[in-house]
Amino acid sequence: MPGPERLEALVAEAQRVLAICNACRYCEGYCAVFPALERRLAFGEGEVHYLASLCHNCGACLYACQYAPPHEFQVNFPRLMAEVRVETYRKYTWPGFLRGAFTRNGLAMAGATGGCLAAAFAFLDAYAGAERLERAWSDAEGAFYAIVPHGVMAAIFAVAFIAALVALGIGVARFWRDSGERADDLFAPHAAGPAAADALTLRYLDGGGIGCTYPDARPSPLRRRFHHLAFYGFLLCFAATCVATLYHYGFGWKAPYPLASLPVILGTLGGVGLLVGPLGLLWLRERRDPDLGDPAQDGMDLMFLWMLLLTGATGLALLAFRETRSMGSLLAVHLGMVLALFVTMPYGKFVHGLYRGAALVRFHLERRRPPPDIAAE
Amino acid sequence: MDFSRAFDVLVLGGGNAALCAAITAREAGARVLLVEAAPAALRGGNSRHTRNMRTMHDAPLGPLADAYPEEEYWQDLEKVTGGLTDERLARMAIRATAEHVPWMLRHGVRFQAPLGGTLQLGRTNAFFLGGGKALMNAYYAAAAALGVEVAYDTAVVDLAFEGSRFTHATVERDGRRHEVRAQVLVAAAGGFESNLAWLREAWGPAAGNFIVRGTPYNMGAVLKLLLARGAKSVGDAGEGHCVAIDARSPKFDGGIVTRVDAVSLGIVVNRAARRFHDEGEDFWPKRYAIWGRLVAGQPDQIGYAIIDAKPMGKFMPPVFPPVKARTIGELATALGIDAAALEATVNGFNAAVRPGTFDHTRLDDCATAGLEPPKTHWARRIDTPPYYAWPLRPGITFTYLGVGVDERARLVMDDGAPAANVYAAGEIMAGNILGKGYLAGIGMAIGTTFGRIAGGEAARHARA
Repeated sequence: MPGPERLEALVAEAQRVLAICNACRYCEGYCAVFPALERRLAFGEGEVHYLASLCHNCGACLYACQYAPPHEFQVNFPRLMAEVRVETYRKYTWPGFLRGAFTRNGLAMAGATGGCLAAAFAFLDAYAGAERLERAWSDAEGAFYAIVPHGVMAAIFAVAFIAALVALGIGVARFWRDSGERADDLFAPHAAGPAAADALTLRYLDGGGIGCTYPDARPSPLRRRFHHLAFYGFLLCFAATCVATLYHYGFGWKAPYPLASLPVILGTLGGVGLLVGPLGLLWLRERRDPDLGDPAQDGMDLMFLWMLLLTGATGLALLAFRETRSMGSLLAVHLGMVLALFVTMPYGKFVHGLYRGAALVRFHLERRRPPPDIAAE
Repeated sequence: MDFSRAFDVLVLGGGNAALCAAITAREAGARVLLVEAAPAALRGGNSRHTRNMRTMHDAPLGPLADAYPEEEYWQDLEKVTGGLTDERLARMAIRATAEHVPWMLRHGVRFQAPLGGTLQLGRTNAFFLGGGKALMNAYYAAAAALGVEVAYDTAVVDLAFEGSRFTHATVERDGRRHEVRAQVLVAAAGGFESNLAWLREAWGPAAGNFIVRGTPYNMGAVLKLLLARGAKSVGDAGEGHCVAIDARSPKFDGGIVTRVDAVSLGIVVNRAARRFHDEGEDFWPKRYAIWGRLVAGQPDQIGYAIIDAKPMGKFMPPVFPPVKARTIGELATALGIDAAALEATVNGFNAAVRPGTFDHTRLDDCATAGLEPPKTHWARRIDTPPYYAWPLRPGITFTYLGVGVDERARLVMDDGAPAANVYAAGEIMAGNILGKGYLAGIGMAIGTTFGRIAGGEAARHARA
């Protein structure tokens, strides 16, 4: 029963659990969530969304919890927060008719990816023709654009990217509006600065400094490291694209670029990150303690990792085989994957980073306010 | 688990003292079997509900600010026990705590700043990151890495002695009994606070209404067996750390969250809607430990903490929502006590409140006059709806009855001589140092000290 009823039930359960956490406080040193909840005596839906997105699901509090199953209080804090998060994503999805994407997200993402791949093939086939797809590799400079002109490619991706940015922006803006914080405070340097530092270092994916209890009870730095590889891999690939765009429009230098060029170096490093990071995260996930996380989100999580992995892998394959007959097909596959990644950004796991970032900003705004006046226990 | 194997050291219990002993003995080369009554998910005895250790230090140490010298620590202990302590053992434990922090860090324990609402403990108590269960997880991981054998879900049913020499134990798992032989025994299996029949024996029928704040596995089996084999008994079976907790708490294992910190901000009445003690006698952290016994002395062992709207949100939030009403009469009805009687009590209290300047951070001048019992601080009229109430029951945390030990953690027998090959650590011997009263974090200090000593002595004894 996804949607408002599910959210209502989760908020009620969160109120029960947060009252336990607020009276206990043993987990205060693990992350930002517990200091944030201790500032409150009551938890409405808005607070529950905020705390859920502040939670990085490091798992430390589950293993430390004296009230975790089999205790009759049945507190599984990270799982509850994960269950809330998917309802947060659903609630703030724009446009609203796409909320259903979060119901069977793995399937939705797979469908979208398949569609994008098919569209890329169909488009390139129609545009360049099957023969050109196979033979364009022999044009050394500008070979990609022998298949599809740069302007057409750029236009398609610009539209997809801007649409994704608009959808993401509206979602985050609504999330922020419901927090009750001032709109311009989302970018206030004294809060956004430390929040960005926390996000870029994954400070709270660290079990309070000893590593995540992931995939099991033993603290380990692996998850954080693989996440860094995936995230910075993504950023490097994005940087490669930006540099290439600058080369194209600023200097008139056309792709494919030589191996020692900046776009290729950035893209290669990024591609390796996108390959190794998601592979590592998938490998850890295989070993994950069944008590950690929300099994209902397996589809969403796994599909997002596979999409990142395939984007990196197809990019590297295109680089490796760009001077062979396969270039045309590989270009179609890679463009299809990148398009799928862009198009689905607002409707899958990708959104976690934005809501979490906003929650971190709110955390740093609150930190500067005096704590509630509560007598010593 | 092959119980027939040869072990050097058999550790009974699975909490802090047991793990400190097992790790220390194993590091000294002994083959160690640890027998824990609870299943793995609920291991750790009452240590899993703890959160800090009172720690002596002459200069800032890890998470601890300033200094907490031996003498101050000793005086704090002497005061709460009213002298019911063994100064030699107490000072030994106090001095040893200074060396525990680096030892704990080496075994995977991590510390954190004092928790919100506990700043008064920031100088004296080292808080475990994540609390006592995280501490126990670290110790079990360290023990596993060292090769300590652990048998979960295993109860001790008999201990065989020849004179003061332990020969073997009988344990039971999955309905099957096994004899376990070891050269040395370390008893670290806690008190008897989960044993409702024994509590009734010691406290009378009132114990039927007690709530056990900690593990349901502290049945006192090992304590009873040692006493039956001639161990010297210390402490009074009728003494225990007993606080007033929410009457709606689970019968066992409710832990820290069951406390109600509203008492000093309002009044507490019994079933007859009468007050029975000065709620504002002293700061709540110094007084909560007497309220369990006070409530235990009331009819049906129940009390009700009542406040009006003024202090709401100014104390640590209790886990269960309060009973709430617009009038005192309605509140009484909701609590199932006599409305007219509660109105009379509140009116009488309100009439006795003298003007003063309310300040919950100090012993202020808000007191009653001509009221019996008086409320000597923080007395404000209960006149602003809505009104809130929390039902209270005695919550037993731990018991003081234990076995005698010497400074080498050797079990002392009835005749005053140490047993040949038996050591004791933790709550089972804490009564040597804490004869009555309570000091936050002292249990972990005693358990860690005597656990480490017992483990080291046991390994040395086994090798000799």
